Amino acid sequence: MSQNAEKVLDHFNLFREPEYQEMLKNKKEQFENPEPQDKLVQVREWTKTWDYREKNFAREALTVNPAKACQPLGAVFAAVGFESTMPFVHGSQGCVAYYRSHLSRHFKEPTSCVSSSMTEDAAVFGGLNNMIDGLANTYAMYKPKMIAVSTTCMAEVIGDDLNAFIKTSKEKGSVPEEYDVPFAHTPAFVGSHITGYDNALKGVLSHFWDGKAGTVPARVREPNEKINFIGGFDGYTVGNTREVKRILDLMNLEYTILADTSDVFDTPSDGKFRMYDGGTTLEDTAASLNAKATFSMQEYCTEKTLPFIAEHGQEVVALNCPIGVSGTDKFIMELSRVSGKAIPDELKKERGRLVDAIADSTAHIHGKKFAIYGDPDQCLGLAAFLMELGGEPTHVLATNGSKHWAEKVQALFDSSPFGKDCHVYAGKDLWHMRSLLFTEPVDFLFGNTYGKYLERDTGTPLIRYGFPIFDRHHHHRYPIWGYQGGLNMLVRILDKIFDEIDNNSNVPSQSDYSFDIIR
Amino acid sequence: MSITAEETRAQIVAETKTRNRALIDEVLKVYPEKTAKRRAKHLNVYEEGKSDCGVKSNIKSVPGVMTIRGCAYAGSKGVVWGPIKDMIHISHGPVGCGQYSWASRRNYYIGTTGVDTFVTMQFTSDFQEKDIVFGGDKKLEKIMDEIEDLFPLNHGITVQSECPIGLIGDDIEAVSKKKSKEYGGKTIVPVRCEGFRGVSQSLGHHIANDSIRDYVFEKQGAEPKAFEKTPYDVAIIGDYNIGGDAWSSRILLEEMGLRVIAQWSGDGSLAELENTPMAKLNVLHCYRSMNYISRYMEEKHGVPWVEYNFFGPSKIAESLRTIASYFDDHIKEGAERVIEKYNRLTKEVIAKYRPRLEGRTVMLFVGGLRPRHVIGAYEDLGMNVVGTGYEFGHNDDYQRTTHYVKDGTLIYDDVTGYEFEKMVEAIQPDLVGSGIKEKYVFQKMGVPFRQMHSWDYSGPYHGYDGFAIFARDMDMAINNPVWSLTKTPWE
Repeated sequence: MSQNAEKVLDHFNLFREPEYQEMLKNKKEQFENPEPQDKLVQVREWTKTWDYREKNFAREALTVNPAKACQPLGAVFAAVGFESTMPFVHGSQGCVAYYRSHLSRHFKEPTSCVSSSMTEDAAVFGGLNNMIDGLANTYAMYKPKMIAVSTTCMAEVIGDDLNAFIKTSKEKGSVPEEYDVPFAHTPAFVGSHITGYDNALKGVLSHFWDGKAGTVPARVREPNEKINFIGGFDGYTVGNTREVKRILDLMNLEYTILADTSDVFDTPSDGKFRMYDGGTTLEDTAASLNAKATFSMQEYCTEKTLPFIAEHGQEVVALNCPIGVSGTDKFIMELSRVSGKAIPDELKKERGRLVDAIADSTAHIHGKKFAIYGDPDQCLGLAAFLMELGGEPTHVLATNGSKHWAEKVQALFDSSPFGKDCHVYAGKDLWHMRSLLFTEPVDFLFGNTYGKYLERDTGTPLIRYGFPIFDRHHHHRYPIWGYQGGLNMLVRILDKIFDEIDNNSNVPSQSDYSFDIIR
Repeated sequence: MSITAEETRAQIVAETKTRNRALIDEVLKVYPEKTAKRRAKHLNVYEEGKSDCGVKSNIKSVPGVMTIRGCAYAGSKGVVWGPIKDMIHISHGPVGCGQYSWASRRNYYIGTTGVDTFVTMQFTSDFQEKDIVFGGDKKLEKIMDEIEDLFPLNHGITVQSECPIGLIGDDIEAVSKKKSKEYGGKTIVPVRCEGFRGVSQSLGHHIANDSIRDYVFEKQGAEPKAFEKTPYDVAIIGDYNIGGDAWSSRILLEEMGLRVIAQWSGDGSLAELENTPMAKLNVLHCYRSMNYISRYMEEKHGVPWVEYNFFGPSKIAESLRTIASYFDDHIKEGAERVIEKYNRLTKEVIAKYRPRLEGRTVMLFVGGLRPRHVIGAYEDLGMNVVGTGYEFGHNDDYQRTTHYVKDGTLIYDDVTGYEFEKMVEAIQPDLVGSGIKEKYVFQKMGVPFRQMHSWDYSGPYHGYDGFAIFARDMDMAINNPVWSLTKTPWE
């Protein structure tokens, strides 16, 4: 017996003790009908080959370890960014349990969201009664200022009509007639979570701008000098949004952050649970029609929203998750161009500090090969930053990336000698990435928590980046945007590189001649 | 006139009951009338001597109230089938369900992932609009071919249906049958666990159990080859090896002289499922999720089953003796030997942690077993469970709960976010044990919390080895210096 009260053994060590090792060995040999070891090794090694890669890339139907989630997740994320808003997902209830868990595991924060809990009878008769009861209950219990409705695939397959259902619910008195219930159809079998974000945000804006589903006259735009800002589906929303606000304040701009999730995913522990916190006020959301321009930090999260805004007379600026010097330069220069305001010296100084830091450290990054996977904009922004550092983004993969996106990535590669031998993979998954890493190895991999399986299998060190990050804490509190964000990313990359160098040079009397204390 | 200790206790219980009843009335006030009526049936104060907890259960959740429940798919793929390690479980439908349930349940296993083992992988048919419109059967066929090609050491395939499958009229049974034949009788299991079926995860457990019956047991017919029975063969049923729970349980059964021939389903394999009807006794931990298949094996194969509880030394000892009672003296002596062997560890753990936890109160809200099963472990540490409820328990669970709870305990079935928050706020327990969706709500409120589904990324909690970890974790949650920091010193 190895367990003891003195120093309690956790699962890490407990099961490595001899009594457990023997037990597990016996279990396998006697009861599991295991594959012979030589066969196992043969297949394992085969999965590392070009032959396997070709078969793997010939897949037409099966998806293995995708790097994308479904639409309603993005819709929920967008909805909680509005003041005292409860996301209401019409359809099966299990989905909502999943979205809440998924977001909470990343942000280590509560995620409030309700379901209309449709079951088999609703599958037959439609979910109208679930909507009527659901809205009434949510309104009474959680007293939101707004309920933002989206759908699970169940409701989409049976064809429930949100507009009609919400209208009927209001007639039946579930919520007051004038109460704000924006909606968006978010079928899980179209696009991904970034599509859902886009649809939900557009749903909210069209509700406030276009006359609340025909119940009031559409707003007439009275242009002002304000700037709207959309962050997109962003796992770093807490740090990023605050950094962007700081930059906008430094530039002395008047602005509205649309779907501002930075407070609701960062509430304090002070004895009180805040179901709602911060977020874009409903007044500001309505008035955002009047803004001069709207900036989207993630083009592929706003593919419908931005054209919608442009149709209403605003200039729109689409960026691709700008990271680093050039990315931030573009962001700030666009802000300056659109607003006519000068870029303050303070930002110029911040820029200089980031350039200084890069100059200090770039020798360790120059010429290194990187693989990146994630959401389309996040891939673009990071690939551009790596090239700025002299790194080569050898494999860039987005499961939810489109042909349009792939062309944009290719254009980025073509713009720099560091993009020469780099390739883009749209619509591929992490099992494809596994083959890429075995057949064309790189020095480091960027990706979310699931990337740790690739790190384990291929030995490629993982630098955690994107969403979700479940197994490291608090990354979402640090911006990756702005010059400050670039610095954060730089440090994260360098820490991993230096740790790797140390880990590769720490065997006494063998490799520790390189175990330098100055790097 | 002196008041006896008994009278004092009775008075405290009476006061608790009054408070709890008032609390129920209070939380119901928030609801529209119709909902209040429905929810009232799920809330109660336990009266000692009653045969159940006096709540309705396993009925539909009310729309819009923020139920904590999941769905049938979660019950089948997430719980029952997912941990079977040498089979590939296809999340059949759109991408989300498989993504959100990918590796999040901590079903530990040994194997080479992606080669002979597949638990922490996400296989999905990633349905697109055209699959909804034209049906997904052709795609499913192709998926199975690609699986055979790229993962040749898989021992079987299951098709875990997501909502659209049942709505668009796909015939996954026909596809599975056809492909099974094509691959020489390979085990391919279609599972009709669409998320809209039933009212919670629970129906998914049942459907998954039935699919094992139909596609593993019924299909295989005669006894599996090359299996030599012994008189001491048992199978662990309903242990998902979360954080290694089944391992720290198995070791005790083996030490008492039994031979564990199968684990259902944590770290389990298809061969183990197939062998299980050869067991002398099925030992059942999670009654809620696997009583169905246990009853089936009893009727069809004559394998008796017995429930056990490996949380905390009192229940472990009781359970070891109960299990031993099905066997001869050799095993009965073995059980005593095991209890004796771990006596010192147990004593040391209790000596270390009980003084730090004595008298502390706990409110639980978990799935279908733990709302009752962990109570003994808390009591071994001197703690009291003052409120409990099930996400997806049935009436038989609430009956079994009466053996665990004290008079006056607050009972809440399928609790809503609002109810749970208000009840904890009013009762101010020293610890709440529930899930990830609840964790941060209560921690923000300054209430210590442990996730009791995932063991908060710790565990195992089963067995004697697990009890040490359980005790350590509860102490670390409650006696954490952070809770003294939530209030500013200047206010």
